[in-house]
Amino acid sequence: MTLTLGHFLSLGAILFALSVVGIFLNRKNLIVLMMAIELMLLAVNTNFVAFSYDLGNMHGQIFVFFIMTVAAAESAIGLAILVLLFRNKSNINVDELNSLKG
Amino acid sequence: MCATLSASTLLAIPLLPLAASATVGIFGTKLGGNLIGRLAAHSLTIFGVFLAFVLSAITLNNVVLHDARFDDTIYTWMVLGGLKMEIGFLVDGLTAMMMTVVTFVSLMIHIYTIGYMQEDKGYNRFFSYISLFTFSMLMLVMSNNMLQLFFGWEAVGLVSYLLIGFWFNKPSANFANMKAFLVNRVGDFGFILGIGLLVSYSGTLNYHENFEQAAELSRYLLPGTHWMLMTVICICLFIGAMGKSAQFPLHVWLPDSMEGPTPISALIHAATMVTAGIFMVARMSPLFELSDTALNFILVIGSITALFMGFLGIVQNDIKRVVAYSTLSQLGYMTVALGASAYSVAVFHLMTHAFFKALLFLAAGSVIMGVHHNQDIRWMGGLRKYMPITWVTFLLGSLALIGTPLFSGFYSKDAIIMAVHASQLPAAGLAYFSVLAGVFVTAFYSSRLYFLVFHGSERMDQNPDKHHAHHTHHGHHGTSKPHESPWVVTVPLVMLAIPSVLIGYLTISSILFGDFFYGSILVNSEMHKAMEMLREEFHGPARMAFHGLTSAPFWLALGGVVSAYYMYMVNPALPTAIRKRFQIVYTVLENKYYMDWFNENVLAPLVRGLGTALWRAGDQGVIDGACVNGSWRLVGWVSGVVRKFQTGYLYDYALTMVLGVFVLMTYFVWLK
Amino acid sequence: MDVKTALFYVFAAIILFSAFRVVTARNPVHAVLFLVLTFFQTSMIWMLLNAEFLAISLVLVYVGAVMVLFLFVVMMLDIRMDGIREGFWKHFPMAAVIGVFIIFEMSAVLMGGFSAGDEPAVLPIVADMKMSNTKELGKLLYTHYLYPLEIAAALLLVGMISAIALTLRQRKDVKALDPADQVRVKAADRLVIVKMATTQAAPLEGKA
Repeated sequence: MTLTLGHFLSLGAILFALSVVGIFLNRKNLIVLMMAIELMLLAVNTNFVAFSYDLGNMHGQIFVFFIMTVAAAESAIGLAILVLLFRNKSNINVDELNSLKG
Repeated sequence: MCATLSASTLLAIPLLPLAASATVGIFGTKLGGNLIGRLAAHSLTIFGVFLAFVLSAITLNNVVLHDARFDDTIYTWMVLGGLKMEIGFLVDGLTAMMMTVVTFVSLMIHIYTIGYMQEDKGYNRFFSYISLFTFSMLMLVMSNNMLQLFFGWEAVGLVSYLLIGFWFNKPSANFANMKAFLVNRVGDFGFILGIGLLVSYSGTLNYHENFEQAAELSRYLLPGTHWMLMTVICICLFIGAMGKSAQFPLHVWLPDSMEGPTPISALIHAATMVTAGIFMVARMSPLFELSDTALNFILVIGSITALFMGFLGIVQNDIKRVVAYSTLSQLGYMTVALGASAYSVAVFHLMTHAFFKALLFLAAGSVIMGVHHNQDIRWMGGLRKYMPITWVTFLLGSLALIGTPLFSGFYSKDAIIMAVHASQLPAAGLAYFSVLAGVFVTAFYSSRLYFLVFHGSERMDQNPDKHHAHHTHHGHHGTSKPHESPWVVTVPLVMLAIPSVLIGYLTISSILFGDFFYGSILVNSEMHKAMEMLREEFHGPARMAFHGLTSAPFWLALGGVVSAYYMYMVNPALPTAIRKRFQIVYTVLENKYYMDWFNENVLAPLVRGLGTALWRAGDQGVIDGACVNGSWRLVGWVSGVVRKFQTGYLYDYALTMVLGVFVLMTYFVWLK
Repeated sequence: MDVKTALFYVFAAIILFSAFRVVTARNPVHAVLFLVLTFFQTSMIWMLLNAEFLAISLVLVYVGAVMVLFLFVVMMLDIRMDGIREGFWKHFPMAAVIGVFIIFEMSAVLMGGFSAGDEPAVLPIVADMKMSNTKELGKLLYTHYLYPLEIAAALLLVGMISAIALTLRQRKDVKALDPADQVRVKAADRLVIVKMATTQAAPLEGKA
């Protein structure tokens, strides 16, 4: 079967679904949560690149550029927060982060 | 040559008694520190009423002789939307006559009270109340709009309540004044429905403007029904009159109101307050003429009252109660006259009745004073020797009541009977029978009362109940001989006896067949021919009296007198024998047709039960339960459900977001 | 099946497998390493899509910097390993359902919408071979997207500052003072003068 745009997009979709499942499953490990977020961003990036290839212009790739920048900054700050959390609570259970409970 | 009356004079007429009442009521009682003594109290109030009487008489003079009229607003109280609420006066023939009658009778009562309430602790309070009553009644009759009429209506009801329960330490007095007030309330409910209905269609409270629109309003039907709007309005207004003027079935309060002192029985429950209903219907004659159904209704109610209340008067042993039932019966006569569209005749009877009934009540009070506060006629007798003035005036009043030719009562009663006979309405037949039979009954009970009190053997010593029901002993502790009352009591009797005899003869032509009520009372002569036919048959008071000697009412009255004479003077054992034979009838009469029993044991518990049920179901159940409590419970329940979404966990929030996106996606891609 | 397709399927399979292992690994270090693998494979797929610069930058930036950062943190934190997978299997059915649901729906949309693919439009560079992908990116980036580029730079700066500010700890044994406070001191803060009598009576003895 020839490779169509749909294949790449489906790949991105499945990656995205996997990362959502990962967020849902990992109640005790904040780090894996953050990694799942990285996976999500990766899936989106793949989408953009696939479209850029299909439509023949560079705009999609520019956007991936920016997404990567933002993802890097976000993971840095996220890990800093995680370190702080660990300092205060001595564990990284997501389960215990429920002070915003309504 | 239509002159106008002065607004300040007219304003002074009700305000003078009010000022006197307020001064005496506040400063003469414990409220203000008992600053005014008895002499000052009665002088102030009598002076106020006397001035009011003089001014009313002057006004009457202007109205009759100089054709003066007044219809204007004195003060605008409030304007609500398009509705103007004002204090205003309408003075024409009808008003001027009522004003004069009210102030004259009130003046007589004021003077009488000096003697009657001499030893009462609440002397000042009493004078304050009766002056307040004068003010209220004047505001009622002088009003030019329905709001002020209603104000006066309620005010006289209030003062009646205060006065019936004047001796507030007596439980029976308290019961009576509550009864009067509540039964009046039922009437007032109908009244205010009528006013509301009228105002909602005409948009104005003023009489004149309402009457202008009356013809047009008579074309409407009450929305949602087949009834004419005007019929409903008139019947509702008449229900108010039924309450105030004690027509069947709202008559039950009047006999109980005899718990109050005799002066007020004379003032309020004979001459003035109870006639407010009659006055109101006469004033609203442009409205009532437009509804034959309402007039028929009035005829029926009036005839029932006239006849059946008379029957009750035959079996009463309390002197005041006999006169009270007589009042009820005569009010029925006035109502019947209203129903026959003979409004001027009704008002004429109102005037003559005011005089002779007040006279009868005051004379009864004098008798009560004379026999040391015994009110039971079985233990009186032969009093004509001891109380001559009272005797003569009582006789004159009774003759007027019976309808003896040449007395005032004859002219008004016979005019009513003739008017009813001439009326074409369906209920007029019943009414005619009632008023004719009522003549016999009236004569019977009046003569019975007269003979038992003033003639026959003296039975004062035979009273088994020796202790004095009311207050004092006049210091005549030892003697039990009756005595004539002081001049402050007998002078009003004489003053009232004079018009009871003369006023009918002197005023009938101008009042009934002249221009006296021109512009005040409107009669639709094509449809309601009673007044026309009366006018044709009238040839002057003297000829009417002469003609009356051969008419049915005279013979019926004579028959009543003769029967009473026979039964109570000649053959006293006969009444007892009749009573044994017709025990059932007697029991029904003694229990006042079981109306009190019905009201107390059926109607009142029903209404109370309805109130309780509404309280439980409506107030507690619906309003408190469903609306107030239900709303917070609902909010609480909803928030309890929604709260579960706020788990505080990041992954739950993320999941919810993602799922939300997918739901939307499903919706937009596939379901739209 | 041509080479490109075969390569795609190989790479895709590895990606999916390693992504799955990222979320289900017991050991967080393993999870990080699997994530690295995922990134590598994705970079290869992007190569297939003619996005060379991005593919290389994914490896250099993402794997080289971000993933190493992750590794630092994982190894630095003293995580208790035993309770880390607790509740995993309890939620697994639900998660599986959700995952499958999402996958099906998205595939349906995407395959349905985009599988009718005509030949992807040919980029000028493929035909030309004179411009590399990087140069194309640069051409667009420094002209049309200059402003977002500057903002992205500022964003990175801010990210750095915030990361430092969040985790900076003061040393507890340093006795440094705030100079501003020192300058603002007034005599009244340091000295209080109390008025007293020059002589005082001796307290009475035996005050029972």
